[in-house]
Amino acid sequence: MERSTIIAGFGGQGILFAGKVLAEAALLEGLEVLWIPSYGPEMRGGTASCTVIIADGLIGSPVVDRADHAVVLNPPSLHKYEPLVAPGGLLVVNTTLIEAEPTRGDLEVLEVPCTAVARRAGDDKLVSIVALGAMIGRRQLVQRDTVHQALAVILGGRHADMVAADVAAFDAGYETGLEMVIA
Amino acid sequence: MTVAQPTRTTQPTLIASPPGTGGEASPLPQRILMKGNEAMAEAAIAAGCDAYFGYPITPQAELLEWMARRMPEEGRVFVQAESELAAINMALGAAAAGARVLVSSSSPGISLMAEGMSYMAGSRLPVVLINVMRGGPGLGSIGAAQGDYLQATKGHGHGDYRVPVLGPSSIAEAIDLVREAFAIAERYRTPVILLADGILGQAMEPVSPNFEALAPSTPDWTLDGADGREPRVVKSLHLRPEDLERHDIALQAVYEEIEANEIRWAGEELADAEIILVAYGTAARVSRTAVQRARAQGLRAGLFRPISLWPFPAAALREASAGARAVVAVEMSAGQLVEDVRLAIEGKVPVFHHGRMGGMVPTPDGVVGAMRQAWAVTDGGAA
Repeated sequence: MERSTIIAGFGGQGILFAGKVLAEAALLEGLEVLWIPSYGPEMRGGTASCTVIIADGLIGSPVVDRADHAVVLNPPSLHKYEPLVAPGGLLVVNTTLIEAEPTRGDLEVLEVPCTAVARRAGDDKLVSIVALGAMIGRRQLVQRDTVHQALAVILGGRHADMVAADVAAFDAGYETGLEMVIA
Repeated sequence: MTVAQPTRTTQPTLIASPPGTGGEASPLPQRILMKGNEAMAEAAIAAGCDAYFGYPITPQAELLEWMARRMPEEGRVFVQAESELAAINMALGAAAAGARVLVSSSSPGISLMAEGMSYMAGSRLPVVLINVMRGGPGLGSIGAAQGDYLQATKGHGHGDYRVPVLGPSSIAEAIDLVREAFAIAERYRTPVILLADGILGQAMEPVSPNFEALAPSTPDWTLDGADGREPRVVKSLHLRPEDLERHDIALQAVYEEIEANEIRWAGEELADAEIILVAYGTAARVSRTAVQRARAQGLRAGLFRPISLWPFPAAALREASAGARAVVAVEMSAGQLVEDVRLAIEGKVPVFHHGRMGGMVPTPDGVVGAMRQAWAVTDGGAA
């Protein structure tokens, strides 16, 4: 088993953070994991992405040319990463910011109004965690409880006051992913 | 020694059974996620590094940042020098005084250190130099690349010298090789280069936080004060050619010893391989996936992964590829590794090259395509 996920959007949307949460959850489940940030000359408002590969054995390529999942949170990311998803792969689209429709017919598409879902869950900034929740709800890549633990590990200490809000946002996304009708 | 974790205060203490086994719950080995740059820095601290000198540059900046925080905590020396030239010459001085020294940079900064490295090689001074390679030439890009292969393996600076070069392909391996690099540096009194790349530096992977220590060495040549003993000399200047040649012959004898003792490599799926990929570092990770995809498509592929890039595992590669139809060097450079591959194989098997440059990385499907092409233009009669 090896599963690759690309998470992409604007800098400041929590792209790298969402990837770290997924990576930490995989670690907690005893899996192998590789997390790679885009580290180009990016800035707040520019594009950011990260790749997370999870496997039950040695991980090969850090370069993903056939992603199992792509989570796209802004319009340029849809354009850039839709072609990299493997046939049958999952594309999570943040419809709050992305008006364009995916063009491929061989993907499973989850259209999630991430900002609205995040706002209802209590904090409209937690867009990437909602999207991560939707992806995991749909594909059950790691357990929901493990993600809660991962959030506690990563945010514990300096940002411990944020754990509850992140768990709520994740759960809201997770429920959406479980329930959404395939687009 | 245990890794300090600045970003968290709680340790995961999960007890779980492996998925699907239904077996008794067993404790998972406690692992943490670390960035490659940070893991290499902490590995150096665990290995007893006394002093670090550096200057910031992407994509190795986190290594220097980690050292800036951790070395003072350990009561050791951290200096952010005013330039790479200063950093390598500070390293020279500290090594001459017997310190275990680490220097790190990325490609352009490494070039600036070439003169100092030559002086250290000539002066027989141990140092570990980590190069987190980026795209070049010139200021290039900050993307991951392997364009410094020839620079690292063929001498780096001026003069008749060699430097052992180790090329890790995972963060866990990088941790081990940092320690081994210090051991080799001191065993042979030579600089050692750890050749990493931007992806290895920036990525995070699980590591066991109990990094191994390295026993302190007790050299008999350091400049630690001549009170009560004969003065010692550490230098690279030998003005009389007769003297310098004698010194250079001694250096070459050391390199022969290194070539005899310090070959490292790994193989995957080599036993029945018809097409053999040769790759190190991140390119080897891409190649591993390419081998799996090729085998799923019925093409018997294998991976030969040099870990010591100098000395190059030439005899092992020659032997591993003896029955193969073709060999393909995969690199993030324009045909540098392939030169050593050709030298090793001595024309016995056709050798091809597949590379990307400038911070671009080969894709698994691209490598599979290169294997198919190699297959198509060879007749299988080489064996």
